[in-house]
Amino acid sequence: MKKVIVGNHAVSWGVQLARTEVISAYPITPQTQVVEQLSEMCASGELNARFIKVESEHSAMAACMGASAAGARAFTATSSQGLALMHELLHWAAGARHPIVMADINRSLGPGWNIWTEQTDSLAQRDTGWVQLYCETNQEVLDTTIMSFRLAEQVNLPVMLVLDAFYLSHTAEPVDIPDRELVDAFLPKRQARLKLDTAEPHSFNALVPPASYMEMRHALQEAMREARTAFDEVEEEWEQRFGRRYGAVEAYHTDDADLVLVTSGTVTSTARHVIDQRRAAGERVGLVKIKMFRPFPTETLRAALAGIARVAVLDRNLSPGRGGIFAEELRAALYDVPAEDRPQVYGYVLGLGGRDIRPDTIDTVIERTRAAAAPDREDLWVGLLGDDGAPATTGRAQTSADSLPGVEA
Amino acid sequence: MSQIMIKDALQQRELMTSGHLACPGCGGALAMRMVLKELGERTIVTMPACCWSVIAGPYPTASVQVPVYHTAFETGAAVASGIRAALDMRGDTDTTVMVWAGDGGTFDIGLQALSGAAERNENILYVCYDNEAYMNTGIQRSSATPWGAWTTTTPVAQPQANPKKDIMAIMAAHRIPYAATATPAYPTDLVAKVRRAKSVRGTRFLHILAPCPPGWKYADERSMELARLAVRARIFPMLEVEDGQHWRFTMDHPGDPVEPYVRAQGRFRHLDDAQIALVQERVDARWTELLGRVMN
Repeated sequence: MKKVIVGNHAVSWGVQLARTEVISAYPITPQTQVVEQLSEMCASGELNARFIKVESEHSAMAACMGASAAGARAFTATSSQGLALMHELLHWAAGARHPIVMADINRSLGPGWNIWTEQTDSLAQRDTGWVQLYCETNQEVLDTTIMSFRLAEQVNLPVMLVLDAFYLSHTAEPVDIPDRELVDAFLPKRQARLKLDTAEPHSFNALVPPASYMEMRHALQEAMREARTAFDEVEEEWEQRFGRRYGAVEAYHTDDADLVLVTSGTVTSTARHVIDQRRAAGERVGLVKIKMFRPFPTETLRAALAGIARVAVLDRNLSPGRGGIFAEELRAALYDVPAEDRPQVYGYVLGLGGRDIRPDTIDTVIERTRAAAAPDREDLWVGLLGDDGAPATTGRAQTSADSLPGVEA
Repeated sequence: MSQIMIKDALQQRELMTSGHLACPGCGGALAMRMVLKELGERTIVTMPACCWSVIAGPYPTASVQVPVYHTAFETGAAVASGIRAALDMRGDTDTTVMVWAGDGGTFDIGLQALSGAAERNENILYVCYDNEAYMNTGIQRSSATPWGAWTTTTPVAQPQANPKKDIMAIMAAHRIPYAATATPAYPTDLVAKVRRAKSVRGTRFLHILAPCPPGWKYADERSMELARLAVRARIFPMLEVEDGQHWRFTMDHPGDPVEPYVRAQGRFRHLDDAQIALVQERVDARWTELLGRVMN
């Protein structure tokens, strides 16, 4: 069944089709539509689930932990400040190996108050032990929601699926909604190996001395390793059943490329458009989309990018004092690629707080990457307003020796 | 109260084992033992950070024989809500889901989640065993610490300056179906309240006074004596509150002077006669206020 739905409702549909048993959430823009529709689905009986309308995101995650520990399939959704408030329990959920699925609608963090898209909220949770999957379209959102439950329950790790505020959350696109029976066959009822059960009492998350803690963290790391291959298997099966797959990493026109953009989220679609135009003009440019951020698909990215001269990373996020987060992770992943195959990584920070990333913004990135003999020490900011209030092309690199118009040295 | 009555009142089953890690004389350990006896095996417990995070035993041991979910400090009531929802979804509406939290996890950091769960009238039993400070971290004041008490963060030169938070009034204001105070010093009263709580649907709250020898500074063997003094002196009255509106006493409170209770504890050693008189005044004022509620 095809329906024209916004990204938030694509999440809700995925949660419904997954026969989620316990939902717990708190409203926050731009996530709210997810739980509004789930409330409707629970009220109408379309979804047989308990919906716990908690007093905070912190309690939303806590309730999901309790439900998951008791064997239920549990879901929540949030954004920005809400995700930051959950931070403590993201560690707890992963450490306790709860296969909770959460949708994070990427939104910038305050202050000042800004409800528009930016990836810093989710990327700031990178060390919590959650699988992170970024989406480009509403179809991908729905498919990823259902696949996330399967992946989570296979490896006993929580999964965060991530979509851009407004560009997906509030934008309607045609989405093929799979038949319930087919989804049931793909995603059977959860069978928890261990759960809170009075017939078989266990103690969960008890005090752990140094003699055991490290092994538990190692098991978490191993589960992440397992998640990397399990994701490919889950997608393989999804493709067999539903005819669609996305890849932990997608390479687009990279075979003969001498310059490749690296993107995640909806900026990928804009970048595809730019690549198509430039390809039509005979330019050897390509694109690599990163869907999976945790576990970081290091080997896949090395294979996709080795031998390409220049890689430009578009980071709609910021680690203050360092720069774009995807660029930094990518540099580490490529560091020991043999020198003759190792790409130069150019980092660009752009689109923060929902600032537009337009085709001409990406043109600027490509032009700048072509023009600079080597990457700057620090990632360049693109789209900053100049001192006169007009958009500067790129700006404020500490060591830029280039003299493109609008570049501040 | 004769020993025979107590023996008859308490179930013979033991769901708490020896070898637990409580300090000698711990009121919180005794409270758990009695509560579990009455609740029975069909109980799931979640414990936010508190003394019991230790007492329950380190991995891979456990000193209670029911499922336990240890959780973060401020999350007891929310985790219990999730457990309840999952049990309900698999058709199990009978198993008791119990939060077992200290005063810090209840009065302070866990109050928001508790308020949320109580407002939703979640079908859970929330037990606060109150030892009147953050004892597990080494005796720091909480909002359950009584006026005038020494703790490591309220030193003698600047002892606890605020009155103990009235958690029962807060819970009553949520109009939950059942709330009660208790202490293991009166086992029959405690067990009757647990039995009552177990039979009620919705949010149930038990506030248990749990004397703490190392935190209150007295000899191990005096825990029950001190708890009785607290009740008799109307410092910790034995109450039941139904639907947040119907308050009643569950035993007599003769109104013994507070002085023997205060003098017995090192945490009050710095208080002079005038200050103890002030404690008495405050207890009397609260009692008068409480009588107003009970009479209604």
